[in-house]
Amino acid sequence: MEILEQKLLNPFKQFGKGSKVLIGILLVVIALGFLAWVRQLTLGLSVTGMNDRVLWGVYITNFVFFIGISHAGTLISAILRLIHAEWRRPFTRAAEAITVFSLPFGAASIIADIGRPDRILNVITYARLQSPILWDVICIGTYLISSCIFFYVCLIPDIALCRDRLEQAGKARAWIYHKLALGWQNTDRQKRRLDKIIAFFSVFLTLLVVSVHTVVAWIFGMVIQPGWHSTIIGPYFLTGAIFSGVASVVIVVTILRKLFKLEDFIKPVHYDNLGKFLLAFTLLWFYFTFAEYLTTFYGSETSHMSVFNAKFFREFSGAFWLMVILCFVLPLLILVRKKTRTITGLVIASISINIGMWLERFLVVVPTLTRPRLPYSQGTYYPTWIEWSITLACFAGLILLYVIFARLFPVVSIWEMKEGKEKAIAEVTDRFKAYQPQISR
Amino acid sequence: MKGQYVQSKISRKDFLKLTAIGSALALANLPKKAVAAPLQKKKSKYRFCMVIDLRRCVGCHACSMACKVENNVPLNIEQTDRQIFWNKVFFEQQGLYPYVKEKIYNRPCFHCENPPCVKVCPVGATYHDQEKGLVLQRNERCIGCRYCALACPYGVRYFNWAKPNYHNRQDALNPDVETRSKGIIEKCTFCIHRLEKVIEKAEKEGRAIKDEELHYLPACVQTCMSKARHFGDLNDPESTVSKLVRSGRAFRLLEDLGTEPNVYYLKEA
Repeated sequence: MEILEQKLLNPFKQFGKGSKVLIGILLVVIALGFLAWVRQLTLGLSVTGMNDRVLWGVYITNFVFFIGISHAGTLISAILRLIHAEWRRPFTRAAEAITVFSLPFGAASIIADIGRPDRILNVITYARLQSPILWDVICIGTYLISSCIFFYVCLIPDIALCRDRLEQAGKARAWIYHKLALGWQNTDRQKRRLDKIIAFFSVFLTLLVVSVHTVVAWIFGMVIQPGWHSTIIGPYFLTGAIFSGVASVVIVVTILRKLFKLEDFIKPVHYDNLGKFLLAFTLLWFYFTFAEYLTTFYGSETSHMSVFNAKFFREFSGAFWLMVILCFVLPLLILVRKKTRTITGLVIASISINIGMWLERFLVVVPTLTRPRLPYSQGTYYPTWIEWSITLACFAGLILLYVIFARLFPVVSIWEMKEGKEKAIAEVTDRFKAYQPQISR
Repeated sequence: MKGQYVQSKISRKDFLKLTAIGSALALANLPKKAVAAPLQKKKSKYRFCMVIDLRRCVGCHACSMACKVENNVPLNIEQTDRQIFWNKVFFEQQGLYPYVKEKIYNRPCFHCENPPCVKVCPVGATYHDQEKGLVLQRNERCIGCRYCALACPYGVRYFNWAKPNYHNRQDALNPDVETRSKGIIEKCTFCIHRLEKVIEKAEKEGRAIKDEELHYLPACVQTCMSKARHFGDLNDPESTVSKLVRSGRAFRLLEDLGTEPNVYYLKEA
């Protein structure tokens, strides 16, 4: 066995004590969330904090947030692959897994939100293409299926490796590996086919990433409500999605690095690159936010201004300014200086970005609803424990899927690392030569 | 031909070209109507309309109550911020003391010609009735996503947050109106069950609906003690509502949003 294989295959041979405890805790949280959901099903959505004015709340916030962090995988894996960024190799797998595992909880948030989940199939049988919700169903459905296929296809060579190398892992596991490897034998024909599929999905998923989060934003943007009805909302949401997605990659990768002792594979230089990437998105996010609110403020239409004031000065001002600090000030201060752009710094910035982005989603959804155009009384919204426990259950579910995955499959793509070692240097040299002017030869 | 590979005469490139040309032709030949339809105003057979005279309204809430009784709207007393009002009376304070004025509005569903709620419904549970020009609701289809309620700038749509609670007055329910379940949206229908009876009767007798038949038709109009509400068909130029709408006092709420409501108000002054 090669050293590389050994290092990457060793850590996950069996469930340790720690992971068993963690899985136990997660299952308890999920069970509580499930109980809350059952209570909500029996008593109706009256058990939530939502009311006649604020008809959408934490559930929709979670939906947008989960779809947002799901953009991590595709971005790192597909887009960085497309531009031949060699530093992507050690964490493509970890990023793709975030995509695949967070998307189902985006869907789950919708199930939790709607009043009649038993009629969810009406969306297919009575589908009306005119509704932005249907655009979402189509885009997110396609995205979920394609990213699952992409994730699985990229996993096949490594499953085959597990099948060949981890015979001692137990019967059940051996059987899983054997079935999932689909008879992969590392032949040239199979490799060529794999490359072809990956090349196709890299392009396809990149297009999907843009469409998915744009239509998520359009759910709000298409509706004539102050604060939502803006042309910028699609790109603004997309930027935020990639922003929080990459930040989640940083968090997840750091945890994996620590647990599986991957310091050799994920080095400070990778963090530095990710840090620069996050820095660019910090600035981009601020640019969009600034453009959005300046336009509103300068135009100062009554209905728009009442939402603006609610965010800047009234009951949502705490959350709003906290969001500005968490999404912009803090990450900027950390990421802009080389001295603080360390692993710890990056993790702090990433956690701050993710909390900030959740707040941002919340501040898009709720303040608009509290300010009706007609002189009704203003809306208020205080989420209840039901909403919080379902939220926590969704996050716990995401972590649980990740833990199980990390215990069964290599979290670093072994075949891609090998490929990088064997081919990439030659490829990069060739590419570099191609850039050179003719004369210098 | 068994087992024989037949080479197609059309290459992939040609096939793509043909497809492109074909679809371009198909698009060009689309019936003009299909393209222009969304741009033209569809004229429905009836255009039921309500006119509310703000000079006459005293803000007694009788319309809201009559509506609740007529349409089996649940009472839900225990849920203070989740009350369902198909018709709602609300107030706006203007000016500073001692020059204070209270404006009273009352509001059914506006039954817009260009309803933002209908556009966004993913399952067609809310729809614009072509014959009557009303925005109606299919109770059995609604999935309770509440998107329509968010899209409506007037806030006329209400969600059943819990199981409708009639506080032991089930025996007093109106048999003509379906009750709603928990988890779906409901809204004003301009008392469609009463309207249908009138339309049916007129059709049976082979005549057009008379204006008088409509005058006091919806429960809110019928009950209004100061005769602030008028109901009728806007497609009939001689109807009371048409005359009132033509008067200089008529206006609509949030008209600049382009929703084309079918409820007009008459200014106080």
